[in-house]
Amino acid sequence: MKSITECSIGCEGIIVRIKAKEPVKGRLFSLGLSKGSELKVLDHTLAKQTWEVESDGTKIALREEEAASIFIEPKGCEA
Amino acid sequence: MKKIKVALAGQPNVGKSSIINSITGARLHVGNFSGVTVEKKEVFIQRDGYEIEIIDLPGIYSLNAYTPEEYVAKHFLFEEDYDLIVNVVDANTLSRNLIFTMQLMDMQKKMILIVNMIDEVEKQGGSVDKEQLEELLGIPVILTSAKEHRGVDEIIDQIIRSHEQPKPKNKIFYDERIEAQIEKIVKVLHKSPHFKDPDYARFIAIRLLDRDEEIYKVIHDLPIFIELHELLGKIYKHLEREFDEESTSDIMSDERYALAKALVMGALKSPPKRISLTDRLDKLLIHPIFGLPIFLFFMWLLFQLTFEIGSIPMEWIDAGFIQMSNLVKAVLPEGAIQSVLADGVIPAVGSIIMFLPNILILFMGINLLEQTGYMARTAFLLDGFMKKFGLQGKAFIPLVSGFGCTVPAYMAARTLKNPTDRIITMLVLGFMSCSARLPVYVLLIGAFFPTSHAGNILFIIYISGAILGLIVAKVLRLVLFKGEPEPFVMEMPPYRFPSMKALAMELWIKAKLFLKKAGTFIAGASMIIWFLSAYPHQPEIEAHYMQKIEAVQDEATKTLLRNEMVAKELEASYLGQIGKTIEPIFEPLGFDWRMSVAVVAGLAAKEVVVSTLATLYAVGEADEQSHTLIQRLRENVSFKAAIALIVIIMIYSPCIAAMSTFWAEVPQWAWRGFYLVYPNVLAWLMAFGVYNILGWMGY
Ligand SMILES: Nc1nc2c(ncn2[C@@H]2O[C@H](COP(=O)(O)OP(=O)(O)OP(=O)(O)O)[C@@H](O)[C@H]2O)c(=O)[nH]1
Ligand SMILES: [Mg+2]
Repeated sequence: MKSITECSIGCEGIIVRIKAKEPVKGRLFSLGLSKGSELKVLDHTLAKQTWEVESDGTKIALREEEAASIFIEPKGCEA
Repeated sequence: MKKIKVALAGQPNVGKSSIINSITGARLHVGNFSGVTVEKKEVFIQRDGYEIEIIDLPGIYSLNAYTPEEYVAKHFLFEEDYDLIVNVVDANTLSRNLIFTMQLMDMQKKMILIVNMIDEVEKQGGSVDKEQLEELLGIPVILTSAKEHRGVDEIIDQIIRSHEQPKPKNKIFYDERIEAQIEKIVKVLHKSPHFKDPDYARFIAIRLLDRDEEIYKVIHDLPIFIELHELLGKIYKHLEREFDEESTSDIMSDERYALAKALVMGALKSPPKRISLTDRLDKLLIHPIFGLPIFLFFMWLLFQLTFEIGSIPMEWIDAGFIQMSNLVKAVLPEGAIQSVLADGVIPAVGSIIMFLPNILILFMGINLLEQTGYMARTAFLLDGFMKKFGLQGKAFIPLVSGFGCTVPAYMAARTLKNPTDRIITMLVLGFMSCSARLPVYVLLIGAFFPTSHAGNILFIIYISGAILGLIVAKVLRLVLFKGEPEPFVMEMPPYRFPSMKALAMELWIKAKLFLKKAGTFIAGASMIIWFLSAYPHQPEIEAHYMQKIEAVQDEATKTLLRNEMVAKELEASYLGQIGKTIEPIFEPLGFDWRMSVAVVAGLAAKEVVVSTLATLYAVGEADEQSHTLIQRLRENVSFKAAIALIVIIMIYSPCIAAMSTFWAEVPQWAWRGFYLVYPNVLAWLMAFGVYNILGWMGY
């Protein structure tokens, strides 16, 4: 289990935990990010302050803080 | 006529507004990012003896609303009277859309489900099974593509049919352990006369499990509250232990998530996964290193085009109006009417209409940004940068709209959840130069800079406005609003090919509005300016100069004297008197009274600055049509004063329409007052600084 901000671009996995507080948690959920859904890390900005992930056809941009609160069980991505 | 009122609800960017446009021929604003519609809009249509009112609501991700524009939708759904809900979902992201659909179905109202964007799913080889969805959800389903006008005409027929038939039975039930608790809550709710209706009571019970704070506030004042409160406490604990979750809202979310997955499993044939166009474009456009430079290049290109292409038809338009004015002079007898038309209204309106091409190109750029989906990318790219200035990436969207017009930009700030973020954004929005300021810039750039640099100068002006806005935002954040900006979570839509029809329509609407404004508001304002500048009559001055002119023989001296006379008369006019009164304020900036009047008149609308300059510099000369406004400006205004004028225009209060929008959106008196004062003070100080620095540099 590791947080999204520990992943590199192209990393994929299943979401196992979302630590964010309400109402951000609810927002993430209504965008389709929820325990058990698949997630792929698509991009981050140069300073890694903003991240882009994809889940079930939806692409979502989030800040480091929010990204760090999402944990995935990675599969098929290096380190 | 019988009436049906329909609430059109759904998640953002699923095509709600597009669907209304495609059914009714309305012209609602459409764009490829979340939060295009921020205020509800009614559209009427008549069919089969019914008058159907469709209300386009802002997109809303979940009934646990988050941003102000989502609250608009939520309040409408919860509090207004309407006959049925039309829920639009995006076929591409069906499962998360259906989660919201289930929340809506909890309301137990009549409902129709529209699965939109079916064209995109089918093109990729997927499909949606309409019958299966209808069977599983128990409500009518229509597959549509607003883009290809497919299925949309069925919507109205289905609305009428659903209205005439009884509501089908509810088919959405949760886990029996949850249903048992809902039952308990409903029993207590029934004790209150407000919740006698079992459907409504069920809805309230579910919302309470969803931890909806607004519903909680509603029951808070009821006599059953104590009993309910105690019961809820027990139920929350019980369910949370039973499901091993932190909160019942998580339990409900998981339930809906599982149900949605099951629905999609039965009804959606997913397209095979492959690398989409969006993925490939994003590889480049939001590349960690190249993303920002590419964005800056696009912006630079836009202003370059705005100036270069926009200036091509300018001379023809200008010449056309000069012709018109000469024609009026030839046809009408000399006198006040001839003069007000030929010297007042026509040059003023002409001086504005000249800039229509520039403005349309700018709007075209903004529209393409909105339609393609690049807008959301810019928010992503700039979020880190904006964070340094105490804002977040999403705030960039209203800021960019501000380059078009400040009014919708103030409205767009509703997509920011945090009130502090929102007020800061709104306070600096005025520094994003709107399209109405474009004429002033283009005019002054044309007069004081070589044409080869014009596009770059325009770009610099816009960028400096934006940078100033960011700096002010930072200062406001440090001084007035301590605390962190809100979290940034935003959907990135797939790229979509811009619809040329939508673009043409937008430009057409913008052109119409602009011409209407020029023909009414600007014409009216310039008429006032003309009258104020022509009266009172000065028989003594005239007599005095006429004598002198008679006395000399030399033609050149005669012209000189005639010009002097007209200038003296203008100075003695009402406007001249007003101008002289306010001149001291602007004197340190190197403005003469005419520029001062133009700046003050510009508070009504920025175009008026140009039209006023046109009138004042035209009537100030005896031989009116021999010079263009640009030449007159070069003769009368110094370079550093021109730059100071640009700085003032860039910073000071926007037009009346924008100011009243700000007042409508911000209820606090303190902010309203602050908003009226600080941009003007800042503008003056900055202009003063620039004027003096240029002076030291020897300009
Ligand atoms: N391919 C395709 N694109 C569509 C369809 N319907 C809408 N769009 C596009 O989807 C985007 C969003 O459309 P809007 O009508 O603005 O969506 P909305 O639901 O009103 O969005 P908000 O007002 O932000 O809630 C626009 O770029 C439309 O051109 C469709 O059926 N097919
Ligand atoms: Mg809309």
